[in-house]
Amino acid sequence: MEFETVIGLEVHAQLKTRTKIFCGCPTTFGAAPNTNVCPVCLGMPGVLPVLNRQVVEYALKMACATNCEVNQFNEFARKNYFYPDLPKGYQVSQFDLPIAEHGWVDIEVDGEARRIGLTRIHMEEDAGKLIHSEREPESYVDLNRAAVPLIEIVSEPDIRTPAQAAAYLKKLHAILRYLDICDGNMQEGSFRCDANISLRPKGREELGTRTELKNMNSFRNVQRALEYEERRQRDILLEGGKVVQQTLLWDPDRNVTNPMRGKEEAHDYRYFPDPDLVPVIIDDEWLERARKSLPELPDERKARFINELGLPEYDAGVMTSARELADYFEAALRDYPQAKKLSNWIMTEMMREFKGEEAAAIASCPVTPVNLASLLGMIEAGKISGKIAKTVMAEMMESGREAEVIVKEKNLIQMSDEGDLTAAVAEIIAASPKQVEQFRAGKGKVMGFFVGQLMKKTRGRANPQLANKLFQQALNED
Amino acid sequence: MELFEQTIHQLRELLDRGEISAVELTENILARMDAVEGRITAHITETRDEALAQAARADKIIAAGDASALTGIPLAIKDVLCTRGVRTTCGSKILEPFVPPYDATVISRIKAEGAVLLGKVSMDEFAMGYSNETCPYCVPRNPWNTAHICGGSSGGSAAAVAAGEAVASLGSDTGGSVRQPASHCGVVGLKPTYGRVSRFGLLAFASSLDQVGPLTRDVRDSALMLNVIAGYDPRDSTSIRQVVPDYTLALRDGLQGLKLGIPSEYFASGLAPEVEEAVNNGIKLLTEAGAEAVEVSLPHTEYGVAAYYIIAPAEASSNLARYDGVKYGYRDMDAESLAEMYMNSRSQGFGPEVKRRILIGTYALSSGYYDAYYKKASQVRTLIMDDYRQAFEKCDLLVSPVTPAPAWELGARMDDPLSMYLSDVLTICTNLAGLPGISVPCGFSSAGLPIGFQIQAPHFQEERLFRAAYNLEQRAGIVERRPEIA
Repeated sequence: MEFETVIGLEVHAQLKTRTKIFCGCPTTFGAAPNTNVCPVCLGMPGVLPVLNRQVVEYALKMACATNCEVNQFNEFARKNYFYPDLPKGYQVSQFDLPIAEHGWVDIEVDGEARRIGLTRIHMEEDAGKLIHSEREPESYVDLNRAAVPLIEIVSEPDIRTPAQAAAYLKKLHAILRYLDICDGNMQEGSFRCDANISLRPKGREELGTRTELKNMNSFRNVQRALEYEERRQRDILLEGGKVVQQTLLWDPDRNVTNPMRGKEEAHDYRYFPDPDLVPVIIDDEWLERARKSLPELPDERKARFINELGLPEYDAGVMTSARELADYFEAALRDYPQAKKLSNWIMTEMMREFKGEEAAAIASCPVTPVNLASLLGMIEAGKISGKIAKTVMAEMMESGREAEVIVKEKNLIQMSDEGDLTAAVAEIIAASPKQVEQFRAGKGKVMGFFVGQLMKKTRGRANPQLANKLFQQALNED
Repeated sequence: MELFEQTIHQLRELLDRGEISAVELTENILARMDAVEGRITAHITETRDEALAQAARADKIIAAGDASALTGIPLAIKDVLCTRGVRTTCGSKILEPFVPPYDATVISRIKAEGAVLLGKVSMDEFAMGYSNETCPYCVPRNPWNTAHICGGSSGGSAAAVAAGEAVASLGSDTGGSVRQPASHCGVVGLKPTYGRVSRFGLLAFASSLDQVGPLTRDVRDSALMLNVIAGYDPRDSTSIRQVVPDYTLALRDGLQGLKLGIPSEYFASGLAPEVEEAVNNGIKLLTEAGAEAVEVSLPHTEYGVAAYYIIAPAEASSNLARYDGVKYGYRDMDAESLAEMYMNSRSQGFGPEVKRRILIGTYALSSGYYDAYYKKASQVRTLIMDDYRQAFEKCDLLVSPVTPAPAWELGARMDDPLSMYLSDVLTICTNLAGLPGISVPCGFSSAGLPIGFQIQAPHFQEERLFRAAYNLEQRAGIVERRPEIA
């Protein structure tokens, strides 16, 4: 039987505000436990929340950038449940009047375009963090993260493959980064994703039983977890079994999903409008201002790369897939204005190192755009060969040192002077009578052997075109 | 008249003229507390040393000529308001021991005036009650007859002011909790417009209904207190940016041209004849002085109690979730799991009335019941607001009793919560509509218990309230009567 996979994603993006959503505490990551806190975010008795308007501004930007309908009357609601990392015993979120609904983003996988619907975007506060001591039963609560602002972005079940899921996530990530409203750091949890996945026989309308996947803290893990879960569910269904609706945790070390520990409880969150907060009215003027303030977004940038830089569509898509990458590309382009060669180099020489995490990799990449441009400029000027450049690049990725310094220090400048090479060419010809014979018998392929020998002798520095020419001359003369 | 029997404005003159010092005044009241607190039991926490230190500082402010209305005036604070460095219990064991590191905004404001804080007075647990009998620390007695309730939930405030244990007090009113004990104890109780006074630092019972208000010996004191506590607070999103007038100026005006609406629903059956008589007499005094009385109707009043006992517990069930034993307050140290710790801490920390309301509220918000209860109650609330809007097209103020009967005997209704809930009927709609209301003494029952007169006004028309209340007070002739504590 053939199955169709149905995936929906819930993304939590931490907004890059300087202070928390309802108080003035800083949102900085990595502070000592319980130092970025005050009576308000600790949920102490009698305190009251005051909304950080920047949160609404940022959520509104995302709503506009993802083609959503904006609800101009916004209400915050309380989601009630008990947990030690939730100081008030409820999370302030939005329920029936979220800031945005009915949006979409376009993705492309293997040349195939697809539009993914967004059910809603809403604003809410984050919870704190539990730290479990080695010495059971001790647990500690760190409330630095409590009340850090989030937006939750819920997709329609429009995603059909794990690769699409990864592409969708990357697209959301890119938009958030282009808007500069989320730092997108998945390791630190400022961009998190839960996935719902189910299978149904191809052609059937009705959805199958779904499982919910958590604990996937990279794009790669999201895709791998979904691929694993897709196989697991298919195997169950093919054997005539039933998928159990449950929450599963991805184990990235063992590449499997495991049921979440503890019993699954049906929560009744008892949402109701938060009486401590007044409704937020987004008037037409505010909405218009938000729409106009949008920066160039990934799709627009891609179009510009195609139309103005002449990049092929594929290259343009890759170069704009993360804002960091596109910024990097454009920065290097200023000193090395050959768009196609530049994108080629980045795609072949750099991206395989990135393992799908372009934004994070670029952010920590030791090779500056200026250095990359100067390396490529040296190839262009014939100072080093493409092959040497690759080894220089490897060294640059390792140490972050400048291309020219490495080339000079290791004496890698290409030998393009006939006088430097003729002696070596003659030596090689003298030492290889067999190959000379083969060449004269018409075996042109042997030329590779001669050039290879010369490269060996010159540690790869010989200009390959020149080497070719010198051997041709020498062999044909005799 | 003894110092402890005088009003803020009378004492202000004595202090400013240098006839008494703030320290002398505070000592006088502390001596009064020594004499009567054993019979009144209004205090959960006394802060005598801090009070004397504050009084000494107030004397310096007065000497420097910088005194304002409350400088050196000894006040009692309902234990629902956070006081920096002073234990705040909210009348509950679940907060034991909680010492706030911050002041409620209203506390900051009275401290900035140089007021003297005598301590934290009793209240129904989490302000949920009608008789102040749900407080596990102490149950205050009615100074007019110590066998009777003082009312609630701001019972300690009303009892302390009536008994001379404080010049005035700050309470909170969610469904009548300032006006009703004021009525039972023969003092003036004001519930300001929702948003007029900051709720920051007021321990929440029902956020959309709670409002801080003063309990005082007369109407002028009430206006003086509101002058200090009213105003926008950037820490409370529901406080409103609106200019605070000098409320005492409203006391100069007579009643000419003022239309008093008499809502028939507030004089329905169940009203004690003595209460009806006293209130009618009050209306007569006002009309004789130039006001005009008109009949009005607030047809949805009868649904007020039902709507209130959905909305208030619903909000409370969420507001009280933070008392979970994790961060502060009471925790059962013997629990063996997280769930057990939650359950035991809350089961042992909360009293029965609070648990009852948490359960009602949780139920009302549950999926499948939300529409039938919380949503329906919210719709009723809109209808009640609409009633008021229409009534205020015909009149300037609404006049009525505060409570259906004078204070009953302690313990008389503890086993009958429903009858207690129903006695809120005359005060509850004010909160549902967010309006200001005042209770001013208008007479006494044959047993010598005070009877209050309620006036309600449109939003932010506290001046109108004070104007009518002051005129009534001047004519009722009982403002100087003080209880003899037996």
